Amino acid sequence: MNELSPKKLTAKDFATDQEVRWCPGCGDYAILKAVQKTLADIEADPANTVFISGIGCSSRFPYYMATYGFHTIHGRAPAFATGVKLANPDLDVWLVTGDGDGLSIGGNHMLHVLRRNLDLQILLFNNEIYGLTKGQYSPTSRPGTRSPSSPTGSVESSLNPAAFALGSGARFIARTIDTDQKRMPGVLARAHAHKGASFVEIFQNCIVFNDAIFADFTDKAVAADRQIFLEHGQPVTFGKESQFGIRRTPGDLTLEVVNLEEQGLTTDDLLVHDETDHLLATMLVNVSGTEGFPVVLGVICCNPGESYDTQVSTQVEAAQEAKPNADMKELLYAGSTWEVS
Amino acid sequence: MATNLAQSQASDGSDQIASSVDSELESVVIRFAGDSGDGMQLTGTQFTHSTALMGTDLATFPDFPAEIRAPAGTTFGVSAYQINFGARKVMTAGDEPDVLVAMNPAALKVNLDALKPGGTVVVDTGSFGARNLTKAGYDENPLESGDLSPFNVIELDISKMTLESVKEFGLSNKEALRSKNMWTLGLMLWMYGRQRSSVVDWLRGKFAKRPEVADANIAALNAGHAFGETAELSGDLGQRTVGKAEVQPGVYRTITGAESLALGLVAGSKLADLNIMLGSYPITPASTLLHQLANLKQHGVVTFQAEDEIAAICAAIGASFAGSLGVTSSSGPGIALKTEAIGLAISTELPLVIVNSQRGGPSTGLPTKTEQSDLYQAVYGRNGDAPIPVIAASAPGECFFAAIEAVRIATKYMTPMILLTDGYLANAAEPWPIPDFDTLEPFPVSFVEANQEDFRAFRRDETTLGRNWAIPGTPGLEHRIGGIEKDYDSGNISYAADNHQRMTDLRAAKIEALGRDIPEQGIEQGDATGKVAVVGWGSTYGPIYRAVEMARAEGLEVSQIHVRHIWPLPSNMEELLSGFDHVMVPEMNNGQFATILRDQFLIDTFNVNQVNGQPFKVSDLVARIKELA
Repeated sequence: MNELSPKKLTAKDFATDQEVRWCPGCGDYAILKAVQKTLADIEADPANTVFISGIGCSSRFPYYMATYGFHTIHGRAPAFATGVKLANPDLDVWLVTGDGDGLSIGGNHMLHVLRRNLDLQILLFNNEIYGLTKGQYSPTSRPGTRSPSSPTGSVESSLNPAAFALGSGARFIARTIDTDQKRMPGVLARAHAHKGASFVEIFQNCIVFNDAIFADFTDKAVAADRQIFLEHGQPVTFGKESQFGIRRTPGDLTLEVVNLEEQGLTTDDLLVHDETDHLLATMLVNVSGTEGFPVVLGVICCNPGESYDTQVSTQVEAAQEAKPNADMKELLYAGSTWEVS
Repeated sequence: MATNLAQSQASDGSDQIASSVDSELESVVIRFAGDSGDGMQLTGTQFTHSTALMGTDLATFPDFPAEIRAPAGTTFGVSAYQINFGARKVMTAGDEPDVLVAMNPAALKVNLDALKPGGTVVVDTGSFGARNLTKAGYDENPLESGDLSPFNVIELDISKMTLESVKEFGLSNKEALRSKNMWTLGLMLWMYGRQRSSVVDWLRGKFAKRPEVADANIAALNAGHAFGETAELSGDLGQRTVGKAEVQPGVYRTITGAESLALGLVAGSKLADLNIMLGSYPITPASTLLHQLANLKQHGVVTFQAEDEIAAICAAIGASFAGSLGVTSSSGPGIALKTEAIGLAISTELPLVIVNSQRGGPSTGLPTKTEQSDLYQAVYGRNGDAPIPVIAASAPGECFFAAIEAVRIATKYMTPMILLTDGYLANAAEPWPIPDFDTLEPFPVSFVEANQEDFRAFRRDETTLGRNWAIPGTPGLEHRIGGIEKDYDSGNISYAADNHQRMTDLRAAKIEALGRDIPEQGIEQGDATGKVAVVGWGSTYGPIYRAVEMARAEGLEVSQIHVRHIWPLPSNMEELLSGFDHVMVPEMNNGQFATILRDQFLIDTFNVNQVNGQPFKVSDLVARIKELA
């Protein structure tokens, strides 16, 4: 009876027959599972979905997705994605990258794909280390990181990916954690729903070269007190009993952590998250995880604007409508001609 | 001394022959030279256009500095435009100008050496003040020193006459002097009996928003023309006639290499039934192609000005993956940056046209000067065994057909390919018989249809070895590709030793298959065997053609072979070359094509190399031919 309505796909339908080759215990497995679940949840069409990646551990991702996929070259995935969307704006493009691929060798392309607001989802797996090349420090590694290429500790300051994305003009920025299977599919679905460039930083544990680097806020014992999960229009609270909150410091352009009970405050005194507030997003990504502040997760900003691919298509269509009979002969004969007989 | 223009004969080995000493000339070479802000390129192109409309054959050579506005009056800021036009087939822009128009002392200083002995110099005395003389490095005014005695000098205060002609328009002195080039153009159009109407139309269009500027320029143009008419000058400043060339019947337009290349890519995309997606980053002298294609959106052309050269090619490859014709365009330094991505396109077997408008190298080199020194880069310049087809265009109009051939090869063989042009071709103009598009054979691409049983992403055509093309959006064909070595037909990752051998062999075999699908190498002039074969490629076609023609007219046993298909070479190439005692290879590089010929055929070559940023002089090539023939 329901031959015409295709069977609803499950997460398993988005898995390929290829053997997954990440290290046992790698955070990438959890992300893969959440992405496959998300595609089922949003009823994605595998034929219309394209996963594009650069080089690195995370960039093996497309081989494990039963969609179209392109494993390209180091750092350049945003440029390939741009070409795919310009050729066919109807395709649903996901870009998978890491902190090295996306912010070091490919930093320039990341900046420009965000600035142009190409319609795609960017999943940046941040593990603060180079995995596939065996453990050198990355642009997000913390100062002092000891690694094969920095045996006495790295002397570089680290990049804040969400702040970089904001500075590049990103209109959708979210954060999630590899093991957070409960909330990640929701964040990814929000990224997908946003028309334009959606930037999702995923804290991903590298069990071999940088194990437990995020444990200070991901461990179950401390998670509630060290994480804020933002909800648009809701007061910003955290803690096991929601006993803590964030408010705008009275008389100052900063944010501060408050203890509701101890300070005699109510949720009415707290900051209400507004995804469309660019200045607020700037403050949130900059205080996140600093001393005394929890790590800010969830959708930090969502402020849609017209996407690059849409605008390009509009110009092409307008030109075609203005000159509906443009053919090769007209083009060849354009300008002054003369006849020799 | 109008006769000077007509005295030079074929015996001097140049591409500018005058048939008689009467007032009708067979051909003339004029070089317009001035400050880079003087508008010499515009003057030259407008003279060219008017000349083409008269049915005279022509070739041009724009030669300008890399600086947009070098300090006024300096020698390094001199910009020049040379045109050779005549009553017979014109193959080059001419070795030596018959007439030099020098708008200031620096232009005179830089260009005088090129002028033919006894040639004519037109100078604007108004710009020969002490300051400009010093800037040009003259201790003494050359108009007074006797330096110009071997020439026929016409001294005119063009600055003053221009100011008078535009007085009524109330422009500032500075703005009014900008019309100097139009006054000069008016005079030269009168001198050679050209029409002004096309220039007037062009000025009206260019200054549509500032009609007073258009009016002033037209007034200056008319004043220059009227000066020639009414000054009753003869001899030195007499009117000359250049006859019409005997050219094939048809409808013509003028075309530069960049224009013809853009048209050819669009034509190729229509023949392949694909839309173009050009990814490009601005670079001299290749940017013109980006500009041309950005204006052709009505033909389904999408252009992407990328953030860098790498993004430009990667976007083009992404577009090909998604079912467009990916094209990227650059010059040598930009191609170097694209190298890794070219390897990916080879590995993933996606069609891609890579245009290299070559310039002087290495590194930044000579951005605005022409050279053919990226041939090794094109044929060999990648990591791994990574063969790629390479073809070269030989003349501005011929870029059209070379571009179509590039699209045909890329789509039929599922491969990136390189199309070589150069700075000279990109900017040079010639009259072009407009081809009949309907007579060109289509080569439509067919994508794999949805839901194929036993679909394999890398299933191959038995003859071409090109893989099938399945594009995202097609149900049932979901697959993954990438730069890791892949299985011969499924495309899945494969590190198997035997498979890598097989894939490396396959990539070579594809090029060999293409070798069986390109035309046999023909001979442009002369016999199929003989003493000397002059073997060229690219934009040297014109000077080589004229040089071989002249040598043959003197009875020398010389033939011309001009190669479009550089890699793979035509299948009969070895046999063809074996029919000659000597193989002479003139190139604007240090011997790169000669290396390939020696390597492929184990033959000796006689190399003629020049890398001074200028096209070959016909007379130089004739002299080298005589060493062998």
